[in-house]
Amino acid sequence: MPQSEATREAPLRHVYKAMPHDSGAKHVQGCADYVDDMPEPVGTLHVAVGGAPAARGTIRTLDLSEVANAPGVVAVVTAADVPAKNDISPSAGDEPVFADKRVIFRDQPVFAVVAETRDAARRAVRRARFDIDAEKPNVTVEQGGAAGETVLPDYAFVGGHAAKGIAAAPMRNAGTIRIGGQEHFYLEGQIALAVPGEDGGMLVHSSTQHPSEVQHIVARVLGLPDSFVTCQVRRMGGGFGGKETQATQWAVIAALAARKTGQPCKLRLDRDDDMMMTGKRHDFAVRYAVGYETNGRIRAVNIDLDARCGCSADLTIGVVDRAMFHADNAYFLPEFRIGSRRIKTNTVSNTAFRGFGGPQGMMAIERVIDTIAWRLQLDPLDVRKINLYGAGRDITPYGQTVEDHDTAIRLIEQLERSSSYRERRKQIAAFNARSPILKRGIALTPVKFGISFTLTSLNQAGALVHVYQDGSLHLNHGGTEMGQGLFQKVAQVAAEELGIGLERVRITATSTDKVPNTSATAASAGTDLNGMAVQRAVREIKMRLIKFVSEAWNVDADRIEFRDDRVLIGNESIAFGELTKQAHAARVHLSAAGFYKTPKLHWDRDKAKGRPFFYYAYGAACSEVVIDILTGEMKVKRVDVLHDVGRSINPAIDIGQIEGGFVQGMGWLTTEELVYDEQGCLLTHAPSTYKIPVAADVPEDFRVALFDGSNREETIYRSKAVGEPPLMLPISVFAAISDAIHSLDPGKPVELDAPATPEAILKAIGPVDAVAALALGADLVDA
Amino acid sequence: MRLERLLPRATLLDWLRLEERSTGTKEGCAEGDCGACTVVIARRRHGGVSYEPVNSCITLVGQIDGAELITVEDLADGERLHPVQEAMARRHGSQCGFCTPGIVMSLFAQYHQCGGVSNRDAINDVLAGNLCRCTGYRPIVEAGLEACNTRADDKFTRGAAQRLGTLEAIDDPADVFVGDDAAFFAAPASEETLARLYARHPEATIVAGATDVGLWITKKLDPMAKIIHVGRVAALSGIEESAGQFAFGAIVSLARAAPVLGAIDPDVAEVLRRFGSIQVRASGTVGGNIANGSPIGDLAPMLIAMGATVELRHGERIRQLPLENFFLDYGKQDRAPGEFVRRLLVPKLAPSMQFRAYKISKRIDEDISAVLAALCLDIEGGCISKARVAFGGMAGVPKRAKTVEAKLLGLRLADRSRWQSAAAAVNEDFTPLSDLRASAEYRRRVAGNLVIKAVAELAGLSSDVTRVAERRIAAHAAE
Repeated sequence: MPQSEATREAPLRHVYKAMPHDSGAKHVQGCADYVDDMPEPVGTLHVAVGGAPAARGTIRTLDLSEVANAPGVVAVVTAADVPAKNDISPSAGDEPVFADKRVIFRDQPVFAVVAETRDAARRAVRRARFDIDAEKPNVTVEQGGAAGETVLPDYAFVGGHAAKGIAAAPMRNAGTIRIGGQEHFYLEGQIALAVPGEDGGMLVHSSTQHPSEVQHIVARVLGLPDSFVTCQVRRMGGGFGGKETQATQWAVIAALAARKTGQPCKLRLDRDDDMMMTGKRHDFAVRYAVGYETNGRIRAVNIDLDARCGCSADLTIGVVDRAMFHADNAYFLPEFRIGSRRIKTNTVSNTAFRGFGGPQGMMAIERVIDTIAWRLQLDPLDVRKINLYGAGRDITPYGQTVEDHDTAIRLIEQLERSSSYRERRKQIAAFNARSPILKRGIALTPVKFGISFTLTSLNQAGALVHVYQDGSLHLNHGGTEMGQGLFQKVAQVAAEELGIGLERVRITATSTDKVPNTSATAASAGTDLNGMAVQRAVREIKMRLIKFVSEAWNVDADRIEFRDDRVLIGNESIAFGELTKQAHAARVHLSAAGFYKTPKLHWDRDKAKGRPFFYYAYGAACSEVVIDILTGEMKVKRVDVLHDVGRSINPAIDIGQIEGGFVQGMGWLTTEELVYDEQGCLLTHAPSTYKIPVAADVPEDFRVALFDGSNREETIYRSKAVGEPPLMLPISVFAAISDAIHSLDPGKPVELDAPATPEAILKAIGPVDAVAALALGADLVDA
Repeated sequence: MRLERLLPRATLLDWLRLEERSTGTKEGCAEGDCGACTVVIARRRHGGVSYEPVNSCITLVGQIDGAELITVEDLADGERLHPVQEAMARRHGSQCGFCTPGIVMSLFAQYHQCGGVSNRDAINDVLAGNLCRCTGYRPIVEAGLEACNTRADDKFTRGAAQRLGTLEAIDDPADVFVGDDAAFFAAPASEETLARLYARHPEATIVAGATDVGLWITKKLDPMAKIIHVGRVAALSGIEESAGQFAFGAIVSLARAAPVLGAIDPDVAEVLRRFGSIQVRASGTVGGNIANGSPIGDLAPMLIAMGATVELRHGERIRQLPLENFFLDYGKQDRAPGEFVRRLLVPKLAPSMQFRAYKISKRIDEDISAVLAALCLDIEGGCISKARVAFGGMAGVPKRAKTVEAKLLGLRLADRSRWQSAAAAVNEDFTPLSDLRASAEYRRRVAGNLVIKAVAELAGLSSDVTRVAERRIAAHAAE
């Protein structure tokens, strides 16, 4: 049921309001329960997982006798205990629950210990004796590429003849950039509690973004019909994509343990195990070549995206496709070849992470743009603007027409003014001219992010809404709450539709036995999909109530209004809770399921043509940094963000997503570095060694504003998705660092790789005669 | 509360969550880095109640003997949220909510400790040990600024007198020993008991703040049957100032030592500001930072450059040695079984002496150094007449750079032509390793550059044009 303009413009009680998160008051008191906080059923046992001590090889023998004999141990579980299929992969069939003979990455789960306490289980794990015929692992993307091992076939978007176009262009650049991966570092680590039930059935409490997949794969591994397994999740302590497929394994192992022991089993990974055993953002090695006009406008581009996918396919098809979908960012590419290789390595299988490959694709094209600006000695912002999509230049490399290209230019120019970009660039040049050690840089970069799952079938959602006789409402849908405020936003929608107060809306845990066959809460689509499904369910109930009232009071339907917890019926009114009581007595059905599927989508992957995205979300950020050319240290001085969320259902929550996404993306591109050794062992597997941003990393001068826009498409209350797009705004930080380095030797391309750690910055600066550099500061001495 | 039975290695977090089923306090990392498990320990200090935020995941239950434990569940006054909680909720300071209890507790400690005044830097410092992955911190910092700029007035201040009395009653000077000779948690109150006990059980693990030892338990799964907690030994807890030196008892926390050491030079204050987090500094001790022999502990290179002395005790025998001689090799110190660090003696710097310290890490706050450079130079008439230079992160131990020192000796600050050779001498002093924090090449290059930076600053280049961290500028401005 499309929204009418009249509905949208009517004064609203809940929607478009900066309301607090539904669990905020519980969070601050420590009484919001996560899986580990739930009272444990009587007899709950605890599970710990044992990982392989080599990254590649064959297990000759695995001696678990000392493990089984350890104090407190109840059972040991291995691949031999899998009743049905030893596979937890989302679709490819290439990822076992437990390694059987072949080991494909270091710390790959091989067995699990079930014990009376978690401590006993963890201690027992360390008594395992492995005899592995170890082989030299492929750890880097280069090693995997050289070995010719991939998890999926190569794939490319081709338009025109890129190589000829580049060759014929008046100007040409080529280069490479490495883009690092990223650990999710959700604060709540992976956890599941499996409770065995009748007939072999299983109830699984899992911290997952994808309860349906947990349900289906637990059923697959146990050899049960899907209907025998239920998965529930009330909330996660963060997800960010890291609990889309990566929560499954632990739920499955807990269920296997529960099956074997007949007792409830809980598995909570230690942080280090979590970081070693679960997938991360794909890191990329990118090669590019570009041909362009002397004004900086791109004629043709060739981009090769080599992704380190790890040991299995997981979600790589979507992730690397999305990198390709965003290798244009907001720019028109007349001729192009955007190629990709999905390289297999003996490292943990990389997975979904906020942005889902899009950020890496954008990083590639933004570097291309910077190299053009450096070569031509133009302001990079001017090169960005001259390449934006526009009239007659509006077809993406995948054949979708950018219908709202005016949004990007309006947004960028508004931010250019509000951030005083041009004046500050001049000030920075003056500062750099007389500063010997510190150099500043500034950059303004746009984001255009496609909204919808690129696998079209995933763009559907369901909801289940009950209204009880007292007028309270039980709200349930397929989306999961990981902190993003989905439940709050959807509750606002439900309350708005019935004109009732939020206190009547009971938000409930996502559960596969209430709403089946759901998609993951991912792709920023949670509110778009579930908000619509809930709206439809609520409107169905409302329609039945209207019909009842219309007949019982003998008034026209258009004279019935739901407002302020009352129902206005002609000149009368009754309390909502009174109406529901009467409706029930009159045998009106007060429960409804809602269903929504995103319209207008079609995508033919083989032909690489279609409309994979319902719409685009836009944003832009202007960042200023200062670097130290003697140490590579960097500090972000100021950030201005302007972001397009359409009409915001909840501006407080949306700004929270923007700021949080920005800081998370800034961490990805600056301090967060995943380091593997040559044996494929992850060395940065805890917060002591893997550094996500802390409070002081956020610039004090951090100005975030919402772009005053709407959604041209009919989305829920004309809002736009907000989860992922802001993560790409801090590409401006990376570009600003590059700009600062560029100031040292104007015209010379900057070969900065991500993350821009102090070491990476110093490397990109290259050899500097520190003493000579200080001569520049001689006049500052005793100043 | 009185515990009759105690697993010596039991952590406070496990005790809360598993024994008490008090689940508001969360485990995020079990290594004291994320702060989700932050609780507040209230102790009697200087006649009042002090509120110290600690990481309960690496604090042992026995460590809080004689203190009051406050967790997130304790803050609300009936139905009324605590001012910190109220500001956090109203300002959208939580998203997933998992880090929130820890953040609330860190801010709660600040609410009580700050005297009603906290600027943004102070709040950032308080939050350096609390990771949040969702919000980007802005609303949390603003909630902190709001709550921590009013005079503390909550049920804790209102009940202070009574609580003080209780604390006084339970914080007795009696030795604590739980267990038997095979497995025990001991918390001696006197140095004599400690010396005797440790001499008898040299294989026991000494715990002061447990900011390192805690990880042996949670990560290495060390069974740790015998634990001697030194945190109650009054004789080791003093800071004494005499004409020529400061003497720090081994169990002086980094938080208590920071203002005294920081007064020596703003660079020391800045390194200590960046040392771990407020939780780590509340628990961690100067003695522990030295005794664990870490090649990347931040205190050692600074103290070596200053010429500090370490004092050890074994049984009745007390000896002193220059701090740099304490570190023998990676993981090896000049400390006999049963011998413990007693005091650190830090000489005062003469007015002619200039001190510089630089901490280089991937993240500015709450990170372990890739390189820490400390230079203590005596400057007479524009010439360097004495030089003590030490580095952390450049070798298996914190170590003096003797060749650099030699090259600096006699160097005229204004003579730029000699700066480079002093910097290059780093390569003769050190063969650093590549690891996850930095490559050997980066370490060498930065170490040399830091020597140049120090000399340039001493030659007159103001630190506001030599450092990205604005805080140092502020510190200097206050000089």
